[in-house]
Parts: sequence; structure tokens; C-alpha cells
Amino acid sequence: MFGLHYRLERKTIGFLLGIIGVSSIGGLIEIAPLFTIDETVEQVADMRVYTPLEQAGRDIYIREGCYGCHSQLIRTLRDEVERYGPFSLAVESKYDHPMQWGSKRTGPDLARMGGKYSDDWQRAHLINPRDVVPESNMPAYAFLQRALLRTDNLGLRLATLRQLGVPYTDEMVANAAADAQGQATPDTALAEGVRRRYGDATNISTFAGAAGKLTEMDALVAYLQILGRLTNAAHEMAAGE
Amino acid sequence: MLAGFTKGERFSALSLATVVAIVGLFFALMGQDALLQTHGAMMAAAAACALLYLVLTYSAPEPALDRLHRYYDGPTKVGVVLAMIFAVVGFLVGDWVAWLLYNPDLTFDAGWASYGRLRPLHTSAVIFGFGGNALIATSFYILQRTSRARLADPVGAWFVLLGYNLFCAIAASGYLMGATQSKEYAEPEWYADIWLTVVWVAYLLVYLRTLARRREPHIYVSNWYYLAFILVVAVLHIVNNLAIPVSFLQSKSYSLFSGVQDAMTQWWYGHNAVGFFLTAGFLGMLYYYLPIRSGRPIFSYRLSIISFWGITFFYMWAGSHHLHYTALPQWVQTLGMTFSVMLLVPSWASATNALLTLNGAWHKVRDDATLRFITVAILFYGLSTLEGSFMSIRSVNALSHYTDWTIGHVHAGAMGWVAMIAFGAIYASVPWLWKRDSMYSTRLVEVHFWLAIAGTVIYVFAMWNSGIIQGLMWRTYTESGTLAYSFVDSLVAMKPYYAARAVGGLLFLIGGVVGLYNVWMTIRTAPKAAAEFDRPMPATPAFEPAE
Repeated sequence: MFGLHYRLERKTIGFLLGIIGVSSIGGLIEIAPLFTIDETVEQVADMRVYTPLEQAGRDIYIREGCYGCHSQLIRTLRDEVERYGPFSLAVESKYDHPMQWGSKRTGPDLARMGGKYSDDWQRAHLINPRDVVPESNMPAYAFLQRALLRTDNLGLRLATLRQLGVPYTDEMVANAAADAQGQATPDTALAEGVRRRYGDATNISTFAGAAGKLTEMDALVAYLQILGRLTNAAHEMAAGE
Repeated sequence: MLAGFTKGERFSALSLATVVAIVGLFFALMGQDALLQTHGAMMAAAAACALLYLVLTYSAPEPALDRLHRYYDGPTKVGVVLAMIFAVVGFLVGDWVAWLLYNPDLTFDAGWASYGRLRPLHTSAVIFGFGGNALIATSFYILQRTSRARLADPVGAWFVLLGYNLFCAIAASGYLMGATQSKEYAEPEWYADIWLTVVWVAYLLVYLRTLARRREPHIYVSNWYYLAFILVVAVLHIVNNLAIPVSFLQSKSYSLFSGVQDAMTQWWYGHNAVGFFLTAGFLGMLYYYLPIRSGRPIFSYRLSIISFWGITFFYMWAGSHHLHYTALPQWVQTLGMTFSVMLLVPSWASATNALLTLNGAWHKVRDDATLRFITVAILFYGLSTLEGSFMSIRSVNALSHYTDWTIGHVHAGAMGWVAMIAFGAIYASVPWLWKRDSMYSTRLVEVHFWLAIAGTVIYVFAMWNSGIIQGLMWRTYTESGTLAYSFVDSLVAMKPYYAARAVGGLLFLIGGVVGLYNVWMTIRTAPKAAAEFDRPMPATPAFEPAE
């Protein structure tokens, strides 16, 4: 064996091919089957997509690097399920390009944050976390309240996600900017359009509360309020056990 | 003239810089968001600086023909200085975010100053800026000496070094402005990723072409590791960063994978970035600087072979231990755990081989702070690999995952192993590169050593404590069967440890500043013309290939 190596280490290309061969085995065996084995991701009927406003909020969550302190994955451990809710299923992040499971909890897990607190609480918390949780060490995100949300690129973003397999319809892509506005202005024709395209369960609200202008705060709150609510499968599974 | 290009090389460098300038200008003018415009302008400005330099020196006399009998160290010299600068920047931002966790109101009500944007700046500045520059600089140095051949392509080598640093600058400024994929350690957006791919392919080509010119029949162990580092990082980088840009004129992209497949790909990347960027590359450094600085040959050739192939094979399976108890199928978790435990064998084979190499030279470890940096790095390498294998065990991971224990583990590796070996290599190389007997001040090397080790120990102990306390508090039940502590209770309990960690980081930062000053003074006070003392190249070029 060492004699063989004695010869191998005299050949640049042979050595190079050796490294490529030996290093690729692990990844191929562990990753490739995840795309082909059907049970990897559960099939559920009620899985919905993010609305344009929620997706815009998700893009802000990504831009601000929230994954540095917040996970979005509840493990199959008793204390986690009791603290945060039913453990996370693969299907719940099926439309998450990329996933935000995270690796660190300087703050709590957010996988089931949606609906846990009111929009007002979320907004107040983002403006200054210490106003509502005095011990918190989260940065203040008051600047989101001042930043108007850019909606002109949302159609393009939804179209790109559709290319990646998220089932947005032509109508959803075409109306993305209007729907972002509509989800934050209840009782208007725009809001009705959102309801028609994304379902009655869609969370239509004034979110950040500033009437007339759509801010990044609206989008982020809309996203936080949908976390864990794209499908009911995890709750049904927990109830069935 | 630093580059010492021939006429032909000047022409190809000019052409290359022109192409880069045009690409940069295109994005600066056509980009549809501020990010792409800014980064296009940065690219164009960098290329314009290169163009200006090339034009101003275009008619300078050509280097003498005897240059072919000397090593080409320009990129190494610049790379070493950049590594030290990035070290100070990375440690500074790291310590700043450590204080942010203690006092979160230091964000000036601005997005760029928030923890979420500064944290990737810290990780990237340290891993890619400091680590990457140290790796590129030392790899060029070692490659030439162990092959007894001059770098094959001076223009290519400069392109690699400067192009890589342009990538670092684009990445760092991007985070502050909000350009990130939020994939850990793979944050830069698609255009930066493509640029890095181009640079990396050039790196591989320079490496292979120089190896092909070697006048030593065997490829030395260091080069095995550097080759594995270059090759595997290329594969990891390309696969994990596969994404579709929203538009080729916008900075935003969405990753090709989603959910569980994305998680597995990400941690296959993330763990092997540790394995091949922060381990393999730095082991290459160790295998050169340890024997040279201690004056002892590597203890065992066979152990080198076993540990090299063991690391190359086992590491690639280990990533899934980041996903225990998640929605990732259990069989993948189990494979990841199993291989992570087995990984201890080649890791400790390397550490043992290195420690036994020091037999007969321990008195030098006592007297020479540079060699002590290298020795301490070996010890921390052994410690972190043992800890890593331990933490990958599912039931241990149940406690440690999501807590500061992981942070402590990573920093035992990053501060104790990566930074220590890099500082040792830099303190060894700088006098060689600038033709001096020693550093400007050996006392300051000593000061840096003790600051670094004190900082590391304080940091790691603080995070072990906070991590284990956090993990235990999260899973503690009262007698009536309910959770004993709220999340905020655990956060409050972290406060003293977060302060201690920031103090440890501060010591480490001060050490880095001392190091930068010492390197700078060594260069400034270097004699203009000094005797050559370097590893000899054969006097007559051997034209037959080395088999």
C-alpha cells in the first residue's frame, strides 16, 4: 500500500484524480438520495405558498442575517416540542430557497412564531425589543419602519421562485406588487384579490400600522406571522399521536 | 518594480485588467440596484488601479534572465501583509459583535451596524480574509521551495491574490449593505460567487503548472493538503452556491435547493469548509513550517499518508451531524455521526505525527515563541477534533446544538488551531521573505503569544460554561413536569459569560495588533540588499519533466 502511494505521489494528475474520487463518495451517498427518495419530504394537501408580502419579508429576514441568532427548526426532543410546538417537518420548508433552519439560538426558535403574538407586539418588539422584553439582547430594527418596501421587483422574484419549483400561478406573478399592497390594506379591492389568489386563510392586516405606505416593517411582520402556518400537517401529526 | 513582469507578461496583465474593468463598468452602469452598481464600481476601480500601475511601469526595464533561478515571492509578500490586516479587522469586528451581545444598543439605529449584518463580516474576514490570504501566501511559498521551481505564471499568481481580495472586499461591503444569501459561511451573492470561482480555477491552474515544473520527483505532503484544499473547496463552493439570480442585473438570487435538501447541502459545505479550508490547508502549512522551524524531520511518512487520505475521505461524510433530530432522514444523521467519530483517527494521527516530530526539539519550543505558536496549534487541533467527534454523537448534540458550546468549539479551532498555526507560519516566513535573520522584535512575538493564548483560553472557557448552562436550562423540568426556565431566564444567565468572552476576544485582538505592528516594522527596517539565504534551486534547469 505504501509502495503504491510512493508511486502515486510522483504523479500530479493521478494524485488530483485520487483526491476527487475519495472526497466525492461521502457527498454522493448522503445527498443524492435525498432528491430521489420520495419519503424524504412528506406529501401534504394543504401546503400553501408565501404571498408576495410574506416573501418580501422573508427576503428582509435573509438580508438582515436573522439566522445568526434564530433557528427555524424544532427538533424531535420533548423539551423543544413543549417550549416551541410540534417538531418541524421537512415539508414545512419545502418552498424555502434557501432554508433558514439556523444553527444557533441566541434568541428563541421561530419555526412556530406565526400567530403567537399580535402584529402590534411584533412591531413594537422590532422597533425596540427591550420595550417588550427588558432582558432581550436583540438589536433594534426601527429603521425597517422608515424604509419603504420596494414592490416593483416582486413579480420577478416570484417568477424566479416558480422556476425553482414553487407553484406560483401566472396571475400571482403578474399581480405580485398589487398583492403586496393589498395584504396590508384590509377591506379594499386589492385585499380581495389577495384573498382570491392565496386563499381565505391569508393573513390580511395593517401589520405595521402606518396607513398608506408599505414599509419593510409590514413585510417582515407579515413573514413572522406566517412562520409555521403554511401547512397544518405538523399539528395534525402531533394530535394524531 | 514589485511584479517584475516581462514584456509579454505585462501585456497579458493589461489585457486581463481591461476585461475585468469592462465587466465592472457594465455592472456599475447597467445594474438595477445599488448593490450591483456599487460592486461593479468596486471591480472597475480595482481593475483601473491595476491598469494604472501597469501603464506607468510598462516601459520599465525587463527583469534579468537570472530571475528564473529565483523564487517568485511578490504575491506571497503582499498576501502575508493582507492576512495580518484582515486578522486585525476580523478580530476587531468579532470583538465588537461580542460586545453587541452584551450591550445591544450600540447599533446607532442603522442597518449596517446590527449584529445580523456584522456577524458574517466577522466570520468572512477571519476565515476568508485572514485564513484565505495566509493559505494563498504560504501555499505559493511552500509550493516553490518543495518543488524547487519558480512559480509557473506570475500574472496568474497576482490575479489569484488580488482577485481573491477583491472577492473579500465585495463580500464584506455587501454584508453591510445587505447582500447575503444567509447561508452560513457562503453568504456572498451569485456574482461574487462566480468571481470567486474564476479566481479559484486560476489558483488551481497556477498550482498544477508549477507542480508540473518541479525538480523533485515526489510531491511533498504539504502540497497534497493544499491540493485537496483547492480542489474540494472548489467543488463545495460551486455546488452549495448554485442559485438562480432574479435577474442578471439584480443582486438578489434564490438558491437552487430548498428545505431539507438545502440543509444537507449547506452543512455538507459548512462542515467541509472547516475540513478543507480550515483544516487541510493549514495542515499543509504545518507540514512545512513545523519541520523547518524545529529542525526535525516529520516523524512518520506512513502516518502522513494515513491521516491525509483518512481526512480526505471521512470529512466529507460528517456534515449531517449538524442536523441531528431534524427533519433530515435518520439514516443520514447516523452516517454523519458515525463518520464524525471515525474522523478522530486520522485527525489524531496528524496531531500525533506532529507532536512526535518535536521530539528532540522541545528546548526550542521553550525558547522560540514562533515554534510555540505552532506547537500550541497542534494541541488545540487535537483538542478541537476530539471535542468535535464528541459533539457529533447524537445524545451529546441534543444538549450542545444551538448553544454557545458550538461557538466555543469553533473558536477553539479557529483561535487555537487556525490562527496560531497561521501566526507561527507568518512569523517564520516574514524574516525569510524580507531576507532578515529574525523578526523586528522577538519580544513582541512573545507578547503576542501570551495574549493569544490567554484570549483563547478565556474565550473558550466562557463559551463552554455558557453553552452547557444554556443547554441544561432549556431541558430542565420542575417536579410537576413543566419546563423550569423561560428562554429569557437562560439569556439572563449568559450575561457574565458574554462579557468574559468579549474580554478574551479583546486580548486576542490586541495580540493581532501587536503582530501587525511587528510584521510592519520588520518589513520597514529590512535591509535593502541582503545576502540570499533560501532553499537552493538547481543551478542548471532540468528540462526533463519530473516523471
